[in-house]
Amino acid sequence: MAVRNQSKQGNFEYMSSTKTVMDKFYERLHLFFGALMLCLPFGSQAALTIEIVGGAAQQIPVAILPFSQPAGLSIREQDAIANVVSADLRRSGLFRVLETRGVANQPRTPAEVRFSEWAAIQAQALTIGSIETLPDNRLKVTFRLLDVLKQTQLVGMEYNIAPSQLRMTAHKIADVIYEKLTGEPGVFATRVTYVSKVGNRYTLQVADSDGFNPQTVVSSAEPIISPKWSPDGTKIAYVSFERKKPIIYVQSLISGQRYVLANFKGNNSAPSWSPDGSQLAIVLTHGANSQIYIINADGTGLRQLTRSGAIDTEPVWSPDGQFIYFTSDRGGSPQIYRVAASGGNNPQRVTFDGSYNVCPRVSPDGKSLAFIRRDGDALRVALQDLASGQVQVLSSTSMDESPSFAPNGRMLLYATKMNGKGTLAAVSVDGRVKQRLSEAAGDVREPAWGPMVN
Amino acid sequence: MNKSLIGTILLAVMLTACSSKPTKEEVSVDDKSVAPAASTSTTDSGATTSGATTSSVDVNPLKDPNNILSKRSIYFDFDRDEVKPEFRPLIEAHAQYLNQNSGAAITLEGHADEIGTREYNLALGQRRAASVKKVMNLLGVKDSQIETVSYGEEKATGTDRESRALDRRVDIIYKGE
Repeated sequence: MAVRNQSKQGNFEYMSSTKTVMDKFYERLHLFFGALMLCLPFGSQAALTIEIVGGAAQQIPVAILPFSQPAGLSIREQDAIANVVSADLRRSGLFRVLETRGVANQPRTPAEVRFSEWAAIQAQALTIGSIETLPDNRLKVTFRLLDVLKQTQLVGMEYNIAPSQLRMTAHKIADVIYEKLTGEPGVFATRVTYVSKVGNRYTLQVADSDGFNPQTVVSSAEPIISPKWSPDGTKIAYVSFERKKPIIYVQSLISGQRYVLANFKGNNSAPSWSPDGSQLAIVLTHGANSQIYIINADGTGLRQLTRSGAIDTEPVWSPDGQFIYFTSDRGGSPQIYRVAASGGNNPQRVTFDGSYNVCPRVSPDGKSLAFIRRDGDALRVALQDLASGQVQVLSSTSMDESPSFAPNGRMLLYATKMNGKGTLAAVSVDGRVKQRLSEAAGDVREPAWGPMVN
Repeated sequence: MNKSLIGTILLAVMLTACSSKPTKEEVSVDDKSVAPAASTSTTDSGATTSGATTSSVDVNPLKDPNNILSKRSIYFDFDRDEVKPEFRPLIEAHAQYLNQNSGAAITLEGHADEIGTREYNLALGQRRAASVKKVMNLLGVKDSQIETVSYGEEKATGTDRESRALDRRVDIIYKGE
């Protein structure tokens, strides 16, 4: 959504110092959360801890050198750009971040780089960078990604930022490195939302993709479920039981204001945004059975999409907006079906393998379907190729729920349980890379990975 | 009595219709051993109820542990919403109380165990609540006296087969309680 001013300056892609829409968005977000702190208990300052459980067979070896910085500038170890970038790349499972302290010559400029030394430790790529202070209390971050074998610069970037944007800038740098070396967009500079339960308190949280900077969006003594990002990343739709029944709210992350999207008789749940953000599919129970409806994002224009004597729930739009995939037990056991978003024709069944398949999520490229599959007592994340129908079970955990694709489609974030405690986990779509994300203070569940917004 | 007889017949028809549905794979096939029995005393709940109310003026039949009306939970099999026959006396007793006390009203609160997704379980809890409501309607209870709500798996506490069976239930909650 935010249009970034980009222009070439020498071999740098230059990020304009003009505040982008997203910069303003973050500033207002901080203002909002600052104000909210007065009345709401903040979640623990502790971020989600991410543990990496596996990696790709072929990892790209990279050397990330510490960024040089003025003596007067104090940056915490955990916020140092090279450390944030290294952690991002490692977490993806696609990179091997090399130990660089043993290399005698630590270059700060391209001219100082002795490529043979980096070839000797088998680095395929090398990054160097610097932070400079600017007169207006801003920082200039410069970084270059160098190809060790070709002895050339792959990319150079310069960012003019407020000090508070240091971690997010590091994630953007990691995204540039990821994209240059894998050919796919990186998603480190994105955010995630999830529900944290500490004691009897439920909070909807938004955090950076690495679990840092958790912020409380809403806090309640009753359950909060099914948070979903609007496609532009500025709003979250969620279901709250705070009025002793499930009601759907839409909350702006910019203003903090929220409105009731749906509060009809019975349950109001399972919101899902249309790809253009103008409508949501929701689930209502006018009768015994949950049925799928479409409603405009402002709460007007309600219309019924499915009509069955069965449970129809967990609707999700295909990325092209053509279809709505959903869970239904119309055939006797819960399975995934799809129906044209315009209504009309009879829904077609999509999953056939197994007796209990729920919670569909379509990949960003529209080619595959992630869902939760029950095998005996285990519920696991599975992925079905929509063209061939072939299903692969991805997770090795056994109480899985709520899968959510990373916006580049490479990883799935989901909720699971470890030793009876709600945690989040992530698995790559090839099943090789696995992560566990836990919060020391309580249970975490209902994750949703936010969109790429810049 | 005629009304309740018709209700019983309709209920029997309903149950027969339901039992023709395909049986599912079941984690806990027999949960009769763990779900509390609806009634230990008598199937003629109407007599018990009126006896209790007349014998003691001060005891609220809804709170009297010796009265079937103090029993408030109807338990279900995994991923099912059919009311099992053993819970009929309990539902009939509450239906009779509601019919005799037109000012009384209840909320039927549907719940599910932790197995499955939150949204599917929310839908399942709703259908369980609706299924109890339907039986009560057939026994003559007016719509205005019954509300249904589902909490899905949000209040579930069970972590194994036995304790999860207790999470698959509908609770009868009287207004003002």
